[in-house]
Amino acid sequence: MDAPIVVEQLHKSFGSTHALDGLDLRAEQGEVHGFLGPNGSGKSTTIRVLLGLLRPDAGRAVLLGGDPWRDAATLHRHLAYVPGDVALWPGLSGGEVIDLIGRLRGGLDETRRAELLRDFELDATKKSRTYSKGNRQKVALVAALASRADLLILDEPTNGLDPLMAEVFQTWIRRVKDEGHTVLLSSHILAEVEALCDRVSIIRAGATVQSGTLADLRHLTTTTVIAETVRPADGLAGVTGVSDLERTDGRVTFQVDTKHLDGAVAHLSSLGIRSLISHPPTLEELFLTQYGDRLPEHAGSGQPGADSDQSGAVSDRSGADSDQAGADPGQQRGVEGGRP
Amino acid sequence: MSGLIGTGQLVRLFLRLDRVHLPLWIVGIVGIVAASASAVQGLYTTPELRAGYAATVTNSPAAIAMSGPPQALDTVGGITLFEINLTAAVGVSLMAIFLTVRHTRAEEEAGRTELLRAGVLGRHAPLAAALIVVGGASLLVGLLLAASLTGLGLPASGSMLFGSSMACLGVVFCAVTAVAAQLTEHARAALGMSVAVLGVAWALRSLGDVRESALTWASPVGWVQAVHAFGAERWWPLLLPVATAVGLTAVAVELTRRRDVGAGLVPPRPGPARASHLLSSVPGLALRQQRSSLLWWSVGLFLAGLAFGSFGEEVTTMLEDNPELGELLGGGGDDLVAGYFGLILLILVLIVACFTVSSVQRLRSEEAAARAELVLATRTPRASWQLGWLGVTAVGTVLVTLATGVGVAVADTLVSGSAERFGELLAATAAYLPAIAVIGGLAAALHGWAPRLSLLVWVVLAGCFVVGWLGDLLEIPEAVRNLSPFNLTPRMPLESMDWGVALSLSVLAGLLLALAVLGFRRRDVGVA
Repeated sequence: MDAPIVVEQLHKSFGSTHALDGLDLRAEQGEVHGFLGPNGSGKSTTIRVLLGLLRPDAGRAVLLGGDPWRDAATLHRHLAYVPGDVALWPGLSGGEVIDLIGRLRGGLDETRRAELLRDFELDATKKSRTYSKGNRQKVALVAALASRADLLILDEPTNGLDPLMAEVFQTWIRRVKDEGHTVLLSSHILAEVEALCDRVSIIRAGATVQSGTLADLRHLTTTTVIAETVRPADGLAGVTGVSDLERTDGRVTFQVDTKHLDGAVAHLSSLGIRSLISHPPTLEELFLTQYGDRLPEHAGSGQPGADSDQSGAVSDRSGADSDQAGADPGQQRGVEGGRP
Repeated sequence: MSGLIGTGQLVRLFLRLDRVHLPLWIVGIVGIVAASASAVQGLYTTPELRAGYAATVTNSPAAIAMSGPPQALDTVGGITLFEINLTAAVGVSLMAIFLTVRHTRAEEEAGRTELLRAGVLGRHAPLAAALIVVGGASLLVGLLLAASLTGLGLPASGSMLFGSSMACLGVVFCAVTAVAAQLTEHARAALGMSVAVLGVAWALRSLGDVRESALTWASPVGWVQAVHAFGAERWWPLLLPVATAVGLTAVAVELTRRRDVGAGLVPPRPGPARASHLLSSVPGLALRQQRSSLLWWSVGLFLAGLAFGSFGEEVTTMLEDNPELGELLGGGGDDLVAGYFGLILLILVLIVACFTVSSVQRLRSEEAAARAELVLATRTPRASWQLGWLGVTAVGTVLVTLATGVGVAVADTLVSGSAERFGELLAATAAYLPAIAVIGGLAAALHGWAPRLSLLVWVVLAGCFVVGWLGDLLEIPEAVRNLSPFNLTPRMPLESMDWGVALSLSVLAGLLLALAVLGFRRRDVGVA
């Protein structure tokens, strides 16, 4: 069977807003696929196309081997969905909503329902209108996870959960993955994506800018090296791939393109290494590399309305760090080819 | 008064939000009333003509029940008021109710009040701003009504008094709604409560006026009509609505002080941990969501049917006492009774159609609140979701229609002591079902194709009311009147059943439904 989610060159406009501008996405069977992007970059729009709620203007979307628009109802037997902004029927209790959605999907696993309610510490007798955002999200998560569906589509499922509950969520996603199910996890909580995802797609302004395993992506960018050497670290600036060089009291800090790491370390070695710290880029650094050129005055210029959540966590971060990133052209070198 | 901080800004915000709603209500009410009033001018130019009019309506419980106490009917002004009373009073009351809910409980239910109250905004500012905006709109309607009547050449003092009375009525219902909005957590329930108060007030006034009892004085509508504009004019009855509005506002303020933002007065009770068997399908969900409103509409229209149905026999009694009158009216007694029932049934089924439209429009609110996508992400096809909700609407409409017809028929049977007309009246009510279905189908088609234009169906329904109730007065051409499916439907029992029309309207409703399914299958979900 083909991959559960295949999206190629997807376009979707709302009036004059191009929410999706040639987006590609591919999630393989059995993987947890991270779907990353700032607010308004088109994550929710993509998901709503995959659910057959929106009709794409152009491009190809294949869901579980079928057409998500035409075969929506049949395909939905095999998937469960958690929206980014969970709205429930105010007069129904959480338990009633879970049962309703489960039955409409074609049944749910009773044992699992009970386990999930216990793990997420959800009081199923409360009326939906009295639930907080996090609790509404838990209702949708319990309904989705108790379904044992082949494919889970989760749109920022943890942005209302507290850290303990986010931990419970991660445990359950690992369990679902171990059972061989596929998960598409849209998020901008990078630690979560790093902890859970096999592969990620990073999108921006409706188009994919990076896609691959975290290891793949790390290769594309730079490694941070902090070293103390016996002799002054002259000549490092001449080594291929080295940038961001800073020297303080015999200590040197620099960035190096991961493929030139070997050359840089060899050079350090020739100077006599006293101490050496090196770490690969975190997902956060990778992410910032993609959006690092968004200076504060541009920070708000992302496309409005295409994404349901407007909390701004990612754009804030990229705005704050963009001075440093923007001042250094070398740090963005690995990325330029992928940018639209 | 720190509780009022920010009221000014809020008033500006409400005016901005209402830049379409407010003009539509104000121009709509004033326009229809002024057009009706203008049509009356020139009809009753001589004392003899006025005496004839007075003789007719003074002896017609139906007319008195609908329009108000027969006052100053020897003047053109008095006759004009009698013709426009219903439209003006109901119009201004409904405007006050809808706008007040919109700016109080609806905002709070949507969570926007929370956002505002977190800023520099006093506890009572939202209520105060709503009262200012809606009270102002009522005053404006009153002023414009007074100006239009004066402009038609009627005495300025009476016009002013009538305008003021309508403004006072609007203010009373604004205050009634402000209290209702504190009691319940739901905008819909606050709306229902306030409209029920209006219905009861109207019924009390009708009973009081028809039986010439003091019951009239138990109703705000009775108070404002007691000013007797163009007759023995008096201003003091307006003290009653003003005092009531002040008192109710104080109650609303006190209730606001006692409760949390977002909460009602009754704390929410826990629900079941498991769903009942009903909640296994879309129709089950739709029924669960609508069962209480369905119950209230049925009870309300059954009571309204009882109230208006009980007057039918009085038409007969009156004619027995006064046989010359029947000849004067140029028709037999039975025709007069049948004509009366035809008219009240038309008004009642137009109210039933309001239930149908609001029920159809739940499709839109489900979609706008993003609850539709939870269901559409399951194996429920779009058409099943849509038809599941509409099926409940259809069954509900039949139930509410039957409740109305049974109410009228039961009252008539009790009052007349014979069940002679029972089946006839029930059939006459049911005969309007195809017409209601057409309006429901139109609402569904608008949702299917252009959800943003959904509100248009209310304009169409208002048009059906105008041609049905004011068609004769406004001399609306027959061809235009027949655009209303309610006008095409024969007014039984006076006219006989026309199966051809029933069939055509049913086919039209079916086509609109098919169009609705087709449109909804083609468009993006979540753009409502």
